Amino acid sequence: MTQIDPEQIKVILATDCGSTTTKAILIEYVDGEYRQTQRGEAPTTVERPFADVTMGVVNSVTEIGELAGRRLVGDDGRIISPATDTEGCDIYISTSSAGGGLQMMVAGVIAEMTAASAKRAALGAGSIVMDVIAANDGRRPHDQIQRIRDLRPDMILISGGTDGGTTDKVVQIAELVAPAKPQPRFGSDYEMPIIYAGNKEAREAISDVFDEGGFDLQIVDNLRPVLERENLSPARDKIHDIFLEHVMAQAPGYDKLMGWTGAPIMPTPGAVGDILQTVARLQGINVVGVDIGGATTDVFSVFNETFNRTVSANLGMSYSISNVCAEATMPNVLRWVPFDMDERELRNHVKNKMIRPTTIPQTKEALMFEQAVAREALRLAYKQHKEFATTLKGVQQQRTVGDTFSQQTGGMTIVDNMKLDLLVASGGVLSHAPRMHQTAMLLIDAFEPEGVTALAKDSIFMMPHLGVLASVHPKAAEQVFDRDCLVYLGTCVCAKGTPKPSKPCFKYQLSGDCNESGEIAGGDLKLIEMAPDARATIVITPARGIDLGEGPGKKIEKEVRGGTVGLILDGRGRPLALPEERAACQKTVQGWLDALDVYAEEKEPAAV
Amino acid sequence: MAKAYTPGLLVTQHKKHRCMRRLPIAGEVKVAKGDHVTADDVVAETALPGDVNPINLSNQLSLPPKDVIGCMLKKEGDPIAKDEPIAQTKGIFGMMKNTIKSRFEGTVETVSPVTGQVIIRGAPLPVQVRAYMGGTVVSVREHEGCEIEADVAYVQGIFGVGGETHGKIVLACDSHEQELTPDRITEDMQGMVIIGGARMTVAAIKRAQSVGAAAIISGGIDDQDLKQLLGYDLGVAITGRENLGITVIVTEGFGEIAMAERTFKMLRGHDGHETSVNGATQIRAGVMRPEIIIPLASVPTDQADHRFEEGQLEIGRTLRVIRDPWFGMIGEVTGLPTEPHVLGSGSKARVLEVKFPSGETAIVPRANVELIEE
Repeated sequence: MTQIDPEQIKVILATDCGSTTTKAILIEYVDGEYRQTQRGEAPTTVERPFADVTMGVVNSVTEIGELAGRRLVGDDGRIISPATDTEGCDIYISTSSAGGGLQMMVAGVIAEMTAASAKRAALGAGSIVMDVIAANDGRRPHDQIQRIRDLRPDMILISGGTDGGTTDKVVQIAELVAPAKPQPRFGSDYEMPIIYAGNKEAREAISDVFDEGGFDLQIVDNLRPVLERENLSPARDKIHDIFLEHVMAQAPGYDKLMGWTGAPIMPTPGAVGDILQTVARLQGINVVGVDIGGATTDVFSVFNETFNRTVSANLGMSYSISNVCAEATMPNVLRWVPFDMDERELRNHVKNKMIRPTTIPQTKEALMFEQAVAREALRLAYKQHKEFATTLKGVQQQRTVGDTFSQQTGGMTIVDNMKLDLLVASGGVLSHAPRMHQTAMLLIDAFEPEGVTALAKDSIFMMPHLGVLASVHPKAAEQVFDRDCLVYLGTCVCAKGTPKPSKPCFKYQLSGDCNESGEIAGGDLKLIEMAPDARATIVITPARGIDLGEGPGKKIEKEVRGGTVGLILDGRGRPLALPEERAACQKTVQGWLDALDVYAEEKEPAAV
Repeated sequence: MAKAYTPGLLVTQHKKHRCMRRLPIAGEVKVAKGDHVTADDVVAETALPGDVNPINLSNQLSLPPKDVIGCMLKKEGDPIAKDEPIAQTKGIFGMMKNTIKSRFEGTVETVSPVTGQVIIRGAPLPVQVRAYMGGTVVSVREHEGCEIEADVAYVQGIFGVGGETHGKIVLACDSHEQELTPDRITEDMQGMVIIGGARMTVAAIKRAQSVGAAAIISGGIDDQDLKQLLGYDLGVAITGRENLGITVIVTEGFGEIAMAERTFKMLRGHDGHETSVNGATQIRAGVMRPEIIIPLASVPTDQADHRFEEGQLEIGRTLRVIRDPWFGMIGEVTGLPTEPHVLGSGSKARVLEVKFPSGETAIVPRANVELIEE
């Protein structure tokens, strides 16, 4: 890969090779700023009979070329680079999740400490973590070995012990992995990559354990050198290297594709994480991003510059829809539906969606049910994320007498909805909802943001492309992220506490592009239209016991932005409570849907 | 444009079908190219490395790990029987020796001086791969497996549980719309592949299990019946490894739904014929559907008229609606409008017009239909 001066990059071509679709975008330097100008897509061609990922790439890029009037693919079938006035691009970059993405197994000594850190490193690098093996995971050694044998990961990350700490425990973990002889997913002649990122004192012993052959041992710095600190970058970088050198090299056509790109190919979720971190850092904000797919839901968060990612493996809207209903339970799903439905029929519908995952809701009732399932899938995925994104466990804390009544153990979640500035949605059920009001309502109901939070959606699932672009040209990535990637739905102002129904919850006063004042009662929702480019200052005076960011009953003043939906004032309280009695619940939910005009007739519906 | 691509489930009177039979690890292939095999023939076999069992002798002997090796009565590579002494401390003046017996049978694989842990590897586990489908071996991959080919009638199901099996086809229902209930299953269906009509009840499946049927196939199944059968609520459609003693396949979907008449007629036409079935379903990238394979003694001469290209949605084609409000209904394509249509849900999507046998017509999203492939 040749070094390219960011200043010289004017035409950027990026693709994301997904399991089913390869999506390409073109970014050009127009009137002094970077803008996404064209997009194209084509079926991914990694599986037989094509078995060459570059065919799908060329097809999607050719589509862009035709739309842009710019020749991007040469007669030799390769992407033309560098760019001239009429053809080619200055840099071509790509991400990939084809073939099921990157699948890893991780191991550590203590489940809540080094194993949790190892899991964080693997997830942050964009992998799916198939299992976490730890000395204290409650399984007997031979059960652990059997499990390792049954899995077919692309690589294994082993951690354990702080530097200078225990060696025998981490070697013991390695001694479970080695005789299990785990088989890789691809290629019988492929040596299973093992990344060791544990106690540096144990490196020699670990090398001896994996000496026998069949393994490709790579040693990096300890990811938990001391209990108080994680050092995940060396392990993450090594995961990316192995992903490129081993995993991608096994996938059909990737060797060719790697020769075309101007930056290393990244796993798709890893790239999404990178762009969210870049934006959070450049704008100094806390961000949560969610990508809800057919099989899985990824949640990303950046709070005070600490990044976390979780993958809820079986929470999704098609392949995993039945699992969402089983985990959430049908009554919890149905509480979001304001009319009666036959439960037996619904259960069969859910299973039919599971076995025919590409179908779409034809009626409004079917759409409402599917969006009810989505609320539960998102709620459960966010709950899992909050439980995982914690301060480090096992850290000794100094306490004073004053802490006696507020003792907190290590491992408190760092996800704080009150400090959340931006919530970004992507994935079919959110991005393709017929009305953006539905997307906004789904986000608010599932994530329960508190205080003042901007809501946005990824317009055409561009975040992966921008993530890898951020590694070569952060400025271009940030500009496109803000101007073209995100569609701002608006801002929600949500009260925390338990407001009394129909009694004052908070007063508000808007000034700027929107001038309005009023009062929100407990249990009420109100929508104020504010155009996407509108900005206003809101002054909120909460009732006693109600918090909007400065503490219970304390006045706040903040800037809010408009969007395709507008400004949403939410007096329902947090945590959000729905009536238990079915008829009352239906009436309440119908009231909320009406207040936000969620299912009103749309003049120009979204295409599916 | 009058064509569009929509995949459908394959139901055909004849196709040349190939199936790959592969060992999980390298082994011996027992057949040669050109051999004729039956479903039960072993075509390849190997031995998987035995189970691994660790024993922490450092703990059991109360010795530092590095001292364990000096107490070993067996060295690496030695066979060991269950309850045979594996290690012994030196004791005090030769007295008070502490002896540890092996809890496992196998071979001593490693003795770790770092952890004091000993790994006992159990006896190799034999694995045999059977032909599964009667036919001719058309290719052999040394140490890996072989490919078998046959002229077959073939039905792709929509969902199944349980793995590969085979048996003779026996009909339990008189029509494709008849519910499969336990009273239709008799003792003489042992080892057979039972064909039902519409929804099969859990009582019918349990009855088939109890008479020892190889498989049971029908149009639909109720979600709660499946839950009762499996003992858990299936979250994702990745199946095939259930240990039910019977393979269950549905051809249409969940709920009160009849088997497609054409599928039923075709299966009825092969009453008494040997068939291979597999319920394994994987609905993810690289989708896998359950299959019913009926090897043919001779290739039918009256081949179906292939008026349409595979996967092409064209006017006149037969299709099945696979989502409400017309779920399960079979009709004929009468129109393929090019412009997207606003659905009742408010979404805009590409649609088609379909005419049902009753004469009723409907507008349905193209994503919500499935071609009935011939």
